[in-house]
Amino acid sequence: MSATTIEPSEYANSYLTDGFTLRSWLLTTDHKRIALLYLGSITLFFFIGGAAAALIRYNLLVPEGMIASAETYNRIFTMHGVVMVWFFLIPAVPVTLGNFVVPLMLGARDLAFPRLNLISWYLFIIAGMIAIYSLFVGGVDTGWTFYTPLATEYSKGHVVATVVAIFIAGFSSIATGLNFIISIHRLRAPGMTWYKMPVFLWSLYATSVILVLATPVLAMTLILLAFERIFHVGVFDPALGGDPLLFQHLFWFYSHPAVYVMILPGFGVVSEIIPAFSRKRIFGYYFIVWCSISIAVISFLVWGHHMFVAGTSIYSAMVFSILSYMVAVPSAIKVFNWIGTMHKGYIRFDAPMLYALGFIGLFTIGGLTGLFLAALGADVHLTQTYFVVAHFHYVMVGGMVSAFFAGLHYWWPKITGRMYPEMWGRLGALIIFIGFNLTFFPQFILGYLGMPRRYHSYPPEFEVLNVLSSAGATILAAAYLLPLAYLTWSLVYGERAPANPWGATGLEWQTQSPPLTENFDETPIVTDPPYNYPPPEVVQHRV
Amino acid sequence: MRFWLTQATTSAPEVDYLILALLLISCAVLALVFGLMLLYMIKYRAGSGVDRGALAEKTWRLETSWTIATLVAFFGLFIWGADLYLRLFQPPPDAMKIYVIGKQWMWKIEHPGGQSEINALHLPIGRPIALVMTSEDVIHDFSVPAFRIKHDVLPGRYETLWFQAVTPGTYHLFCTQLCGTGHAQMTGEIVAMTAPEYQKWLEQQGASETLAVAGKTLFMRNGCSGCHGGNGIGGNQARSTVRAPALAGLYGSAVTLANGSVVTADDRYIRDCILLPATQRVAGYPPVMPSFAGQISEDDLLKIIAYIKSLATEKPS
Repeated sequence: MSATTIEPSEYANSYLTDGFTLRSWLLTTDHKRIALLYLGSITLFFFIGGAAAALIRYNLLVPEGMIASAETYNRIFTMHGVVMVWFFLIPAVPVTLGNFVVPLMLGARDLAFPRLNLISWYLFIIAGMIAIYSLFVGGVDTGWTFYTPLATEYSKGHVVATVVAIFIAGFSSIATGLNFIISIHRLRAPGMTWYKMPVFLWSLYATSVILVLATPVLAMTLILLAFERIFHVGVFDPALGGDPLLFQHLFWFYSHPAVYVMILPGFGVVSEIIPAFSRKRIFGYYFIVWCSISIAVISFLVWGHHMFVAGTSIYSAMVFSILSYMVAVPSAIKVFNWIGTMHKGYIRFDAPMLYALGFIGLFTIGGLTGLFLAALGADVHLTQTYFVVAHFHYVMVGGMVSAFFAGLHYWWPKITGRMYPEMWGRLGALIIFIGFNLTFFPQFILGYLGMPRRYHSYPPEFEVLNVLSSAGATILAAAYLLPLAYLTWSLVYGERAPANPWGATGLEWQTQSPPLTENFDETPIVTDPPYNYPPPEVVQHRV
Repeated sequence: MRFWLTQATTSAPEVDYLILALLLISCAVLALVFGLMLLYMIKYRAGSGVDRGALAEKTWRLETSWTIATLVAFFGLFIWGADLYLRLFQPPPDAMKIYVIGKQWMWKIEHPGGQSEINALHLPIGRPIALVMTSEDVIHDFSVPAFRIKHDVLPGRYETLWFQAVTPGTYHLFCTQLCGTGHAQMTGEIVAMTAPEYQKWLEQQGASETLAVAGKTLFMRNGCSGCHGGNGIGGNQARSTVRAPALAGLYGSAVTLANGSVVTADDRYIRDCILLPATQRVAGYPPVMPSFAGQISEDDLLKIIAYIKSLATEKPS
């Protein structure tokens, strides 16, 4: 790597050297250390969920199913969904990158409630332990959606234990959301007005509002579910006078906004990276910001689009259809704005940028196929098939996980004080993009041809596409292991990172890498607008 | 390996046109997004000396134009999808009714003539068919990809799904709502046949009695006739101790309930009257009917309803 204007130097002190005991980590209130605790935890969950995904693709290699028991298969994909949704996707960006970067971007010393931040990690860990416990004692077979009355009266799995785990994880989410909202309101550096905030902060603000407002509804729904299962109270079971659709309404009232909890932080990460590597101010700052807020608001009004064939009224389906199109508009605007940012820029192709470009590509495919499912007449044929599986994996895995990796590479020098190996980073971004498309694109076709999701075995005419998808999954698995390997390698062997390796704006780059426990020597003062990138002649950067 | 799917109903081509339109729009947008991205990646790469000119400071013109363009396109797609959906889920009144019961993990089909089959549905092409569906346990979903239709099958209520098959053939029937261990085995075949072949098939099944005839026996056995009278002519003080509404002529008529609302007496209404009589009290009658919830199987319910339906043509005395 070539020289930069700011010479990398070895800092004697940083938050990493501030105590080496186990206690100094487990009882820390430093947002940066908590972010690392979270990073370790969600990585573990990602690989548990990933192992389940590998078993799913293994099973579907042959029409009759490689795994002998359908019951086992049902438990595997349920565990995949539960772990990935609640223990990886929802927390991933906010609690790791968000936790680390938010106070730095704000120019603050820490989040508003450092102890609450630590408590949220412990809640998350307790929840995760219970989820893993329920996995080891046998798991659940209801799918991550827990539809009633299957989950209340008929399932023989460990529904209550799993539900308790998710219930507790919810409190962790609420604590994080509250912490972010209050920090952004109260801890902005002098001069940082709302419209001088980086888009990442706006995105996390929108995310936090959803977390704080929607998660309590999930908690209530899960309590009702557990009560119904244990005491047969008759809220959801028609045999006892309940309404099975009520559960779906309540569940999706949380779970649809939760999709935006997963993707909004990804939008935020990409909105940091595209300007930084295009050396250009972000295109349409106000539009991007208000798109995040409108997504957060409209996301509460679209839950019914999961129930177009569930037996709700035809006219309510129409209202939910038009609202679903409305929520897609701001996402489309964002994509156009990112491309607008690249226009007339000075674009560099470091790994974070490649991951971010991959995000735009995969998210656009995921978003466009969402239009198929929002169109009522088309949804009737495509819903509950592999088309839906492919659609939400493009958004949540192709999109969201690419954004997570983009952010992880972008802030890796800040977090660890080490540079990751650039060539390996670029290779990783490329292989993930290819492996992802090979895995999930065939599933769109499978879905159109009618293959239902959650099937342990399938008619033989679907075999070719399933084998193709499983082959792609092996590449994808390798692609996810690759960053684990080279990022770990860089912790020891990586080149020392300067304070601002990308020549990026944003207060987090104005302190040393890795930062001091106190973050800044003195409180920074903000005068410039965000993304005020100087012309490239001024700053020589790495090529 | 095939990458297309038979269009076996009148509505299948319509669904495919919508999907094709969505596909073309998606390809156009993808070409635009990927094209611009690639173009800018090459043209505006850091090392390129191309003249960037002055940066545009005002963006609102572009922003509003692509926002409006997106809104207009989305609104068009919404109208298209909603219009099709309305037609997909509003059965024509002359549709032939076939009854479907889902249970873990099988489909049971009852034809009006009393023929029943398991995990198979034989039906005639060329006429609209309405499936009246319910579940004995969890939520299932009756899905026929070649017909481009599906609908959830719920316990405790009747859902209706209709279609008109045009191409004879054998097609997949899938349960597409996760229903437990045997979910993937809850499949079957839909056999669409010409009208004469269907007639022949019905005769070969040799049903002993039609649903309505079987329903009449159940009507007597469960004591319905005690209050509603033999042949459902209605009870009164002279004939029985309890005054109950007449059932002859009921099916398809408008009923005024005690709470003032007016409902149409369809399968769903009659089912609710039998299982949840307190919620369906007819104006002018005392709330004395007991609930039969848990006492009559879904099969038998269908038969009783078919019997009451068969009384529709007779006028109450």
